[in-house]
This record gives sequence, C-alpha cells and structure tokens, in this order.
Amino acid sequence: MIAEEFILKHGPALLVAIPLFAAFATPFISRLNEKVRNAWVLLALLLNIYVLFIVGRNVYHHGIQLYVYGASNPGLALPSGYVIPVRIIFELDALSVFMAAITMLLSFIGALYSISFLKEHDGLDKYYTLLLLMTASMLGMELTGDMFNLFVFLEILSIASCALVAFRSERGESAEAAFKYMMMSSLGAMFVLFSIGVLYGQYDALNMAVLSKRIEYNLLDKIALALLVAAFGMKAGGAPMHMATPDAYGEAPASISIMLVGGSQASLYALFRVVFTIYGGMLDVTSVGWIIIALAIISILIGVSMALLQTDFKRLIGYSAIAEIGYMMLGVGVALAVLNDGATYGTKALEGGIFHILNDALDIGLLFLVAGAVYYTTGKRSLNAVGGLARNMKYTAFFFIIGMAAVSGLPPMNGFASKLLIYESVYQLNPVLSIIGIMASILMLAVFAKVFQSAFLGPTLPEHKDVGEVPAPMLLGMALITLLIIFIGLFPRFVLEHFVSPAAQALLNRMAYLGAVGGA
Amino acid sequence: MIWNIPFVAVAILIGLGVYAMMFKKNLIKIVIGLNLIEAAVNLFLITLGYKKDAVAPIYTNAPSTNMVLPTPQALTLTAIVIGVATTAMILSFVMMIYRRYGTINVDEVRRLRE
Repeated sequence: MIAEEFILKHGPALLVAIPLFAAFATPFISRLNEKVRNAWVLLALLLNIYVLFIVGRNVYHHGIQLYVYGASNPGLALPSGYVIPVRIIFELDALSVFMAAITMLLSFIGALYSISFLKEHDGLDKYYTLLLLMTASMLGMELTGDMFNLFVFLEILSIASCALVAFRSERGESAEAAFKYMMMSSLGAMFVLFSIGVLYGQYDALNMAVLSKRIEYNLLDKIALALLVAAFGMKAGGAPMHMATPDAYGEAPASISIMLVGGSQASLYALFRVVFTIYGGMLDVTSVGWIIIALAIISILIGVSMALLQTDFKRLIGYSAIAEIGYMMLGVGVALAVLNDGATYGTKALEGGIFHILNDALDIGLLFLVAGAVYYTTGKRSLNAVGGLARNMKYTAFFFIIGMAAVSGLPPMNGFASKLLIYESVYQLNPVLSIIGIMASILMLAVFAKVFQSAFLGPTLPEHKDVGEVPAPMLLGMALITLLIIFIGLFPRFVLEHFVSPAAQALLNRMAYLGAVGGA
Repeated sequence: MIWNIPFVAVAILIGLGVYAMMFKKNLIKIVIGLNLIEAAVNLFLITLGYKKDAVAPIYTNAPSTNMVLPTPQALTLTAIVIGVATTAMILSFVMMIYRRYGTINVDEVRRLRE
C-alpha cells in the first residue's frame, strides 16, 4: 500500500506533525460544531496511534529508525561529504516507541474522558488545542535524538501543561498551582539549556549520539550532568523537588492529571536517555546510580507518608504518584549502579523500572479518573464530604478497587508484576532498599483502603441520594485502562518479552544507538 | 582575562536570579529572577559562539570569511522566543492569583499547603 510506505518513511515526523496540525486546526473546527470538534480530536489521536503502530512494528523488527529533517533521504544521517550530522535527527529505538505508546494511550483516554467530563465548561476549543499540543510535545521529547530539540519540546510541554493546570480559572488555587509548576518547569528548562551550552561549547555537537561519542567526562561535563539530572528529576516530580507536583495534579482537571503523569514520564525518559546514552560510558556511573537510588527512596517515603495525611482526593493520588515515580527511579538507579559490573540483576532491575512506567501510567491514571468521576457527580474534592458512593456508582467503585489493588502491587494486577521484578533485583544489591519498597507498598494499600472506606462504603449521605453513574465516555475511558491492567496482570510475561525487554535492551545497548547515526 | 568578563557576568546574573527567586516575597520579583536566569543563559550561549574580529555569518557580500558561529545564535533566538512565551504565561498566572487572592505576597498565597 502506498499510504503504508509513506507512513513507514515519514512516520517519525508524522507522529509529531499530526497532533501539532490537529492542535492548531481545532479552534477553527470548533466554530462549526462541538460534536465535530470532539470527533476531530479523537480521530487525530486515533490516526496517530495507527502511525505509531506501523512505525513501532518496523522498529521492533528492524531496529533503530532514523528520521533526518530536511534531508532528501530521511533515513540517511550523513550524506556524502559530511563528517557529523548537522540536521535535527529523530532517533527511534524500542524505548522511544514504548514511551510514545504510553503517551498516546494516556492522551487518547484523556481526550475521551474530557468529552463528557468538561462538557459544561467554556473555552473547550483552547482546552483541546493545548491537550493536543501536550501530546505532540511529549512525543517529540521521546522521539528526538537532539539535545536542543529536547529542550524546545520540554518548554512546549511546560507551557501547554501549565495552561491546562490553570484550566479551572475561577479558582485561585488553580492559578497558584500553575504558577508553582511553571516556575519549577522553567527553572528546570534553564538548567537544561545551560548544560546544553556547556556540552555544545566543548564538543561542538547537539546530537545525542555524537555528543556521547565525543564526551570526555571532565569536570564541566559532570556539572552538566548534575544540572540535567536535577532538571529532569524536578520535572518528573521526584523528591526532594516535589512540592509543585501534588498541587498541579490536584488542581488540574482529572483528564489533565493523567496527561501530567505522561509528562512526568517523558521527563523520566529524558533522564534515562541522558544518564544511560550520553553518560553511559563514564567509569564512575555507579555513583550516579546511587544518587538516583537515594532520590528514589526519598520520593517513595515522602510520597507515601504525605499521602496518608491528605483529605483532598486528587492531592492524595498526586502524592502516591510521587511514590510511584520513586519505584521507577529505584529500578533504573540500581541498573545504573551495576551497569559496568555486568551483574545480571541490573538488567532485571531496569526491566522492572521500565515495566513500572507502563503500570504506573495505567494505575495512577485510573485512580485520577475515578477521582474525577467522584468530583463530576458530587462536586466535592474533599474525602470527608463524600460517602457511601458505592451504591449509586457501582462501576466507578469497581474501577477504584482495581486501581487500588494495582497501585499497591497486589497480585494478579499489573503493579505486582513490575514491583516484584524491582524487589527481586534490588534485594540483590541491598536488601534494605527492597524492604523499604515493600513497606511503602503496604502503606500505599492502607492509604487507598482508607479512601475506599470513606468515599465508597458506609451509609449513603443524604446529599448523594440522587447521584448517578457517570456518562458513557468517562466509563469507557476507565474501562479501557481497567482491561489493560487486568490483561497485563494476567500475562506479564507476554508484555515483558515483547515490549519491556526490547526497551530495556535499547537503553543498555548504547553502541547501537551511537552507531545508527554514525560520524565521529 | 578580559575576555572572560561575559562569563563572569553570566555567573553574577544567575546568582542574582537565584537570590531573587529564593528570597523575594513578591511574585513579580520572583518572575524577574527567573528572567534574569534566562538572560544569563542566553548570554552564555552567545558568548560561546564569539570570535574576535569576526563578522555576522551571512555569506552574501560578506567582507571576510572570519565569521562567528551561527548555531549558538540560532539557539539563543529560539530560547528568547520561548522565554517570552513563558514569561507572558507566568505573569498571567500572577494576574489570576492577584484577582482571586487580592495579594501577590508569597506568604499569603499558600492555600494549597498541608
């Protein structure tokens, strides 16, 4: 088919171009009709999923795919006569595709859920524009092989996501949360730009593969590394710079909260790319690994213990999202700490960490959507103001139970599969880390059991007598995630072998990433 | 060295910006702190591409081929544009905060704290 060939050739560019074009066409299309606009947004995202499917299948079978912008042949990084790649290059390996798939899933479900969740609001044309911009920027961050390009997409992500955090502009708290989040993001982006300057000044390259080949790991490079780790860790929402995260997650509409989860994971991806690909050849990468482990443990402890204290439903989930970020960083940090020792459990830890990215997106995403559903029907944010909802909202209560079990790592849900991988491998490095992880998981269960008891169980409050179930698009969004959670929980080996393991190998196999671009 | 003055300026500007962001109570002043850091980073990028006695990298009718490096300038231009957008965005958040809270003092703008 001609269309398929075209997609195969230009897929990487289309993945960013489709949502970008759809974003800026949305304000015009919404002049026609609300329904047409909703259909347009969903269709654009579906088309993008289709393109990702074709590109992903190609990467799965044939390895890394390059896309060189502005070149006569997009697969060729070095036309004759060039020693280094001068153009912007997208470099797609299994990890990029894995992350892009998570992003697309979250974006699609977020958009589907918004259709009825925000129906009564005005300004929805701008809302969908920003939502699509967020999708485009996250995909850009995950696909690009160019440091400066990464910075640009990071800034687009900050602008789009902060505007959406402040979507409920009638509340001052939303503006406060957006202000904090934007400050964090902008400061982080400045760190990134500064380190790009440091690296460019020394090595005369912006392409990650070329940088990685030339880098000498001197003092300046280490300063740049510290800034990059701080910036991406901050944007991902890990402790100790987590202060803006629960505010933003709590104040954004639920459909945006799950997109923010995607955004924080895109930043985590950038962090992994920097430490594994650019700095992966450094000899004392072990100490970087231990720093990431320390940050992870702090995130887990702070996230869980602060979640225990919350009364606002979505803030509570925001804090548990910080703890979940900690688990991913724990797995990846351990892998980094033993990267040069050749220990086999390092690979397992990395697989666990990457697997947990997918599971966290689903679990935390589902919980955010449930919290949104409770807010939609009752109009209450505080857990103290709701009760006995299980009678009138059977499906939502069921989804919450699934999400609760998954996020605290109970079998047979997906969270169990990835957390077990992390515990097993981390135990071999240091048993204490594993024990902290398991304890925090148990506490997480306690947190959500309390939520379930206070929101869904007990006598129906008189003001909730007429509360009904949420509309179909919201239920459909939640049901989709639930199905995936159960599927991954029942067949973890399938997902591990076909999606997670290639992604982990892509991160470990630094030479393949460097070799694909060529140049000296 | 006299040629290191721009780098010293970068360090001073970043220091001032961080100071403003950490210790100032007025939200607008915090935004100014962020802008100072942005300006410093842009100055840093531009200084990286500087060459003595070089001309702008435009080939048409160029008086000499001793040219400054164009890439940092392209980067800086992009960064400036992004910086304008973020600043406008943050200032509009400050406006919204002022409208709802009646103050822009950080000690009073903290309803989201627990």
